[in-house]
Amino acid sequence: MASWPDSSQSDTSKPSAERQRRLAAVRPRLLAFARLQLRDASEADDVVQEALITAVEKNARFEGKSGYETWVFGILKNKILDALRAQKRHGKWQPWSDDGVEAAIEQQFQSSGRWTDVARPSSWGDPEKTLFSERFWQVFDSCMIALPDNIARIFTMRELMGLSTHQICEEAGIKENNCWVILHRGRLLLRACLEKGWLSEANK
Amino acid sequence: MRMVMCREATRLMSKNLDAPLGFQERMSLKFHLAMCGACRKCNQQFQLIHDAGKAFEAKESSPPFDTDDQTT
Repeated sequence: MASWPDSSQSDTSKPSAERQRRLAAVRPRLLAFARLQLRDASEADDVVQEALITAVEKNARFEGKSGYETWVFGILKNKILDALRAQKRHGKWQPWSDDGVEAAIEQQFQSSGRWTDVARPSSWGDPEKTLFSERFWQVFDSCMIALPDNIARIFTMRELMGLSTHQICEEAGIKENNCWVILHRGRLLLRACLEKGWLSEANK
Repeated sequence: MRMVMCREATRLMSKNLDAPLGFQERMSLKFHLAMCGACRKCNQQFQLIHDAGKAFEAKESSPPFDTDDQTT
């Protein structure tokens, strides 16, 4: 649980009991989000803690234009971006390596460019129900962890943080073309992993 | 119009989520999807993955995994 900082010296009011309850309720989702993006549990704990403190300190700035949780997620995304920049600055981003990615993707397609029999996409059922399923999110989590770091970082910047490929190029220092290639690989790998985990469970 | 196979079609459907496709690309993708059920499924699934990030912020479909147990 976050301990709320004393805000008596600031000009903002403390969050109402209702908002404190919502902050506590959203915390596990903030953590799950930060861990997927930063791939480091203690760093994720830190940014979530910082985001919660900022949400408390800037409580009066919430104008109700978006949902409260969306506003808190916005704060978290900024903290994550700062953490990613620090990671990059401190040389924690490994140089690009293939990690068998190309080989894994080769297995999905025949030389003609058609899907191979094993990789050909099957139906996942109703997309709405899929996203609401607890099991789907467990599979999603483990598939994300299985993605190579370099691909996962770009992929999550796009699909979780919602950055444009243009912004990602600036943050990661890569060309937009390269970004599209990485996202394509990430989606193919994740799709295959999700299908394997999701359908094997559904058929039990 | 350039005919594309599944592998190239997946590249186009992926790019379509990140940037506007050119006219030729759009036509090639549309034509391929009209013929290929597997790629239509792939396209839906890429879209679902694309939407998954937003699901984190939506209360009703919150990813429920309890992250406090995953520290080790």
